[in-house]
Amino acid sequence: MEHIVIIGNGISGVTAARHIRKLSDTETSSAQAKKITIISAETNYFFSRTALMYVYMGHMKFEHTQPYENWFWEKNNIDLKKGYVKTIDTNSKTLYFTEGNTINYDKLIIATGSKPNKFGWPGQDLKGVMGLYHKQDLENLELHAPNNKVCKRAVIVGGGLIGIELAEMLNSRNIPVTFLVRESSFWNGVLPDGESEMINRHIKSHHIDLRLSTNLKEIISDENGKVKSVIIEGTGEEILCDVVGLTAGVTPNIDFIKDSNIKTSKGIKVNRFLETNIKDIYAIGDCAEQHEAIGNRRPIEAVWYTGRMMGETIAQTICGNRMPYNPGHWFNSAKFFDIEYQTYGWVHNAKNKPNYEDHFHWKHKDDTKCITIAFDKNTNGFLGINTFGIRMKHETFDTWLTEKRPVGYVINHLAEANFDPEFYKRYEKNIIRSYNDKLKLA
Amino acid sequence: MSNKVNESMSLAKPEANDLSIKQKLAVAIGAIGLLIFGLAIFYTNFPNKILFLTLSLSAIALGTILFANDVYLTKSEGIKNDGVWFKSMSSRGVLGWGTGVLLTGFYIILYFYPKYLGLTPNGEPNTGLISLFDPLSKLLSGNPASQWFVYGTLYTVAILVFGYKFMLKYRHNRYEQLRTASVMFFQLGFAFLIPEFMSRLNASPNYNLPYYDLKSMWPLNYYLFDSWSVNGLLSSGFLGLIMLLFGVLSIFVISPILTYKYGKRWYCSWVCGCGGLAETAGDSFRHLSSKKLSAWKLERWLVHTVLVFSVVMTTAVVYTYLGSDPNKFWITRSTFLLGVGILLTLVFSLTMIFKRHELGKDARYGAIGYFIVIAALFIMHYTGTTHDVFLIKSSSLRSAYGLYIGSIFSGVIGTGFYPIFGNRVWCRFGCPMAAVLGFQQRMFSKFRITTNGGQCISCGNCSVYCEMGIDVRAYAQKGENIVRSSCVGCGICSAVCPRGVLKLENDSMKGRINANEILLGNNVDLMDLINKK
Repeated sequence: MEHIVIIGNGISGVTAARHIRKLSDTETSSAQAKKITIISAETNYFFSRTALMYVYMGHMKFEHTQPYENWFWEKNNIDLKKGYVKTIDTNSKTLYFTEGNTINYDKLIIATGSKPNKFGWPGQDLKGVMGLYHKQDLENLELHAPNNKVCKRAVIVGGGLIGIELAEMLNSRNIPVTFLVRESSFWNGVLPDGESEMINRHIKSHHIDLRLSTNLKEIISDENGKVKSVIIEGTGEEILCDVVGLTAGVTPNIDFIKDSNIKTSKGIKVNRFLETNIKDIYAIGDCAEQHEAIGNRRPIEAVWYTGRMMGETIAQTICGNRMPYNPGHWFNSAKFFDIEYQTYGWVHNAKNKPNYEDHFHWKHKDDTKCITIAFDKNTNGFLGINTFGIRMKHETFDTWLTEKRPVGYVINHLAEANFDPEFYKRYEKNIIRSYNDKLKLA
Repeated sequence: MSNKVNESMSLAKPEANDLSIKQKLAVAIGAIGLLIFGLAIFYTNFPNKILFLTLSLSAIALGTILFANDVYLTKSEGIKNDGVWFKSMSSRGVLGWGTGVLLTGFYIILYFYPKYLGLTPNGEPNTGLISLFDPLSKLLSGNPASQWFVYGTLYTVAILVFGYKFMLKYRHNRYEQLRTASVMFFQLGFAFLIPEFMSRLNASPNYNLPYYDLKSMWPLNYYLFDSWSVNGLLSSGFLGLIMLLFGVLSIFVISPILTYKYGKRWYCSWVCGCGGLAETAGDSFRHLSSKKLSAWKLERWLVHTVLVFSVVMTTAVVYTYLGSDPNKFWITRSTFLLGVGILLTLVFSLTMIFKRHELGKDARYGAIGYFIVIAALFIMHYTGTTHDVFLIKSSSLRSAYGLYIGSIFSGVIGTGFYPIFGNRVWCRFGCPMAAVLGFQQRMFSKFRITTNGGQCISCGNCSVYCEMGIDVRAYAQKGENIVRSSCVGCGICSAVCPRGVLKLENDSMKGRINANEILLGNNVDLMDLINKK
């Protein structure tokens, strides 16, 4: 029976395992029979990483982040192994664990995800300095920031999606937060200015000490090797704090592969079939790096949804239907404190906006809702939408993008895409009026 | 310095969730109101009952309102679940268990030992807590209070003040606000005031109306067809007849139409009093419901068993009633049994013909239930005498139902155990009305919860905060619509979703249950393969 070993029990690895099981047999006599083993050093069972924040905030308990009950794995003949893979011998198809034991595979799927970036700041490994990615980070945070008496202030370095989540988490326990953002406005490496500025104001309204265009110089230790303060670059200002959150992006978690002959760059190099340079070894999810970017996507996509898609794709390949990773229209979502964000298609920020891309921006006067619609100024074709504070339908935009609808059509049919709960106030008329006013001015 | 130094010994983590000064003050005010009740229970004879009753009810209301204001109005609009699993009250801590024991104790006294509340035999003046409520009862109905009046008043006050709290908590969400306003209205008007006013009519010899909450339908209102109730209605002229007719129409005509159009939520989370209490006073416990598959299995057996029990019991009661005076009614006992049999056969065969493919294994369980009832009807026909059915008194059947289901299940366990098993224990495991509406919702309704393509991140907020214990995430992460008989349409899963994935909708029946995994992979060829069965 073919033995499929998956390193990593995150969304990519688990999706791959589930779909391989769906497509294969467990009868040893069958040609399609597969034994599946998932290896993880982090947790016994699959959990939703994106939900870790809700555990700290007290919305959930850790076991609630596990989408499948514990009996699920045995029932579906998926073996779970707890252990940390130290090295891979690709010739003998053997994994060596730090615990000293080994395991053999016929096919190997590497789905080890990411780890938080550390850019060589002095003091970045002190006690009380942490990222927010693994379950262990959460435990660490619970230890160093259980309340605002133990943690009188926290400093967050890096203004992205995880940074703002960490700010919200600490805020929920009334811990004062200083939020250092390198960019001139929150997440404006991705968001257009109008949106980014609205989120700046929203962050401040939650009493977060938001410092834009501010970089960390170093982290200072107390006499016990624990963080005492941070120094700001340029001004030299010292901010006393008990916790430093490093949330300046993530990087593939592939150190254990570096000594093998699997080709890596930032991530594990894969082709469109998610195959590495070694036969029978594949990489999916955050740790995989495409040789060439697909469309406007980045070569490394550290996103929940793409991990899931890669898991579904690789399962087809493993089960005899070799298939390229072929993601459709881009989509993503996030939540910034109380403001939900969804995006479909491509809406670029000021810096990365191609020449042909133009934007229509509408913002509600309460400053918690806005949309930006990107379109091709030559053809008027709809390119994408960012929506804040108004829920919209994935399927509708996916269809419109495929059908290459003109921007006017999208604006006039926006009501069809609305996904807000019943009885919510609707803004389509307001948006259409604002669009028509801008057309007249143009 | 050790990190442990400042940690509290408390099981909960109160450090981050300490009550503010204002909140402590509010708790104190509310406690004064309860203290007055406590003193009344121990036979303190208050000199001015009107004053003290007003004082205690206002203190409870004021305390809750001030507390809610300070908790929610000091923060921005949005989801307010911070610390839910840390607070002793809402995470089965000492406060939670304590509250559970107190509530359970209250229900046991209420149902089985009302004398401790001050109920006296043979129409002597009330004493204790019940007497404290006499002035209000006399104001409304003209009669002295009973333990049920005390309970009804407290129940209504709870729905009103905790409804206010709930509306502040969800002040960004109009669905939740309207729904809550609706349950507050129906509780105050239909369950509390109208029945009291109606009993004023009984002062006239032309009326003999029973207590009748018009919105409470059979089989939830299992005593509607009791002889005292039917006799009362029939002896109250045109009004009584209309009310009896309305009761029958409610379950057989009005509720199927509304459930078809809006799902069972129109009743369970917009109108019903049990649902109303669960959604308001019970809101802080909604996340405690079990999401295990085993709990779902138990739920399905239990709730449908109660339904079968209630159908058989009611049929037996009506059967016996019809026998009491064969010449009085246009319908005979045999025609009645035949009618019930035909109706059930009709429902059963229509379901089997049109929905067989959706039911799978469940069809067998449905058949078992159906044949039990039909067999019961036959036995009734052949063993029934004027007094007995199944060789026992139908009144014994009726009182067994009233005791085990009506009192112990719905009251003692259903509400008393809010802080332990969650706020919808009765609605989920016991309510026969929920079973009927749920059956309609599952088989024949436009209602569903739609999921938004591939946006689900499997975080699990929806499942945790589902009071009915539905594992919403299991559907959402597959992009499947949620069509479940138990869903009461409270809308909280949609509210707490951080990615805008869930929406309660009424749309066409076609394609309501989409077993296909849509848009998750977002690759057309791949999706075809994934959905290939």
